[in-house]
Amino acid sequence: MSYLKFENIGIKAIAGVVPKRQIDNRTYTHFMSEKDVKTVIEMTGIAERRFADENTCSSDLCIAAAESLFTETGIDKNEIDVIIFVSQTPDYRTPPSSMMIADKLGLGKEIGAFDINLGCSGYMYGLQVAFLYASQSEIRKVLLLNGETKSKAYSKKDKATSLLFGDGGTATLIEKIEQENPTIMSMHSNGAGYKFILMPAGGYRYPSSVESLKEKIYPDGSIRTDEQGSMDGEAVFNFSITDVPKDIKSTLEAARLDWDQIDYFVPHQANRFITNHIAKKFKISSEKVLYSLQKYGNTSSVSIPLTLVDHFGNRKIAEKSLVLMCGFGVGLSWGTVITDLNGCRMCGVKEL
Amino acid sequence: MINEVINLMAECLEKEPGEIKATDEFREYEEWDSLAYLSVIAAIDDNYGLVIPIEDFRSCRTVQALADYVMAHKG
Repeated sequence: MSYLKFENIGIKAIAGVVPKRQIDNRTYTHFMSEKDVKTVIEMTGIAERRFADENTCSSDLCIAAAESLFTETGIDKNEIDVIIFVSQTPDYRTPPSSMMIADKLGLGKEIGAFDINLGCSGYMYGLQVAFLYASQSEIRKVLLLNGETKSKAYSKKDKATSLLFGDGGTATLIEKIEQENPTIMSMHSNGAGYKFILMPAGGYRYPSSVESLKEKIYPDGSIRTDEQGSMDGEAVFNFSITDVPKDIKSTLEAARLDWDQIDYFVPHQANRFITNHIAKKFKISSEKVLYSLQKYGNTSSVSIPLTLVDHFGNRKIAEKSLVLMCGFGVGLSWGTVITDLNGCRMCGVKEL
Repeated sequence: MINEVINLMAECLEKEPGEIKATDEFREYEEWDSLAYLSVIAAIDDNYGLVIPIEDFRSCRTVQALADYVMAHKG
């Protein structure tokens, strides 16, 4: 599809929350040998992650992030007209979590609330929807929540995924602001690749059953049930280094910008091998590329906003900060957002 | 081209170029795994501006077949 352009709408604040429980990948050797684990860490750059405990859901992480955002910014939460929760690990299959979250945050009954089921491209898609709402004259503030507890969705005995995913939640506030630079967004999808990242059972194509709960052994030695996530790492890698750079390049052209004008490149924190390869393709200087995967792993749609708050800490940005973000993953789906974070109140990363 | 691909393969798999022959079925190497795959695909992209589609790569069995493919498709 073509590009979306927004003027005088922007990201006003971002807050991040991660679970207290730290997982050190270097000692995560219950399934793979120490040597193999070391090789994977060298390749992915993912040394540590955070895992939520059994009582903590993605929604809880997002509620904590939203409360942190309210406290740090002092905004009037009654001005929030729409709340969007992006997650693949909601509390229930139904109802959606966004309504319960809105209620727990005390946002009243006037608020529009809905969930978006998306993974690693979810911040891009979420921002698009949030900006579209915020562009309506009657809408004051939109709260975009991204939350994941992927640690609960993947097998701990799967060689392709067991060292990658971490948990976290972010809250992003979108509203009308005065801005020098417009925001440009792209989004794409390719359902032909739906199998590349797939949780086969538990939906209505393959309902949960005794069979779906059986552990199966795969040719590489990985063990997982059909209820757990699977990833074709090779196919996802190919997609990440072909379709994604193509989109970045064309979005940059649509924005009539070149890399010298971009202050920060924030790719989805899939793994360092992929992001380095993309950065190298565009010859982006390494100090412009932001990372948090060494601390939090791949947190799916949370990874981009979490990287931003992790980098900027707890402060208001008061200089031109043109950021190019790009999310890519499940669906397949991908997109790029170029926006100026000048004036954005970063609220840091807190623990729950 | 074949020598370039042998060198590239050697670097990705941390083998000596002398240990790699054009007729080798590279998936049989002890060092071959999914991480080796990523390295080889990335190195071919770096050197030849070519990301080999996964189905095409899967049909290349030998080092020679891979070199022929790169030769035919590089930018």
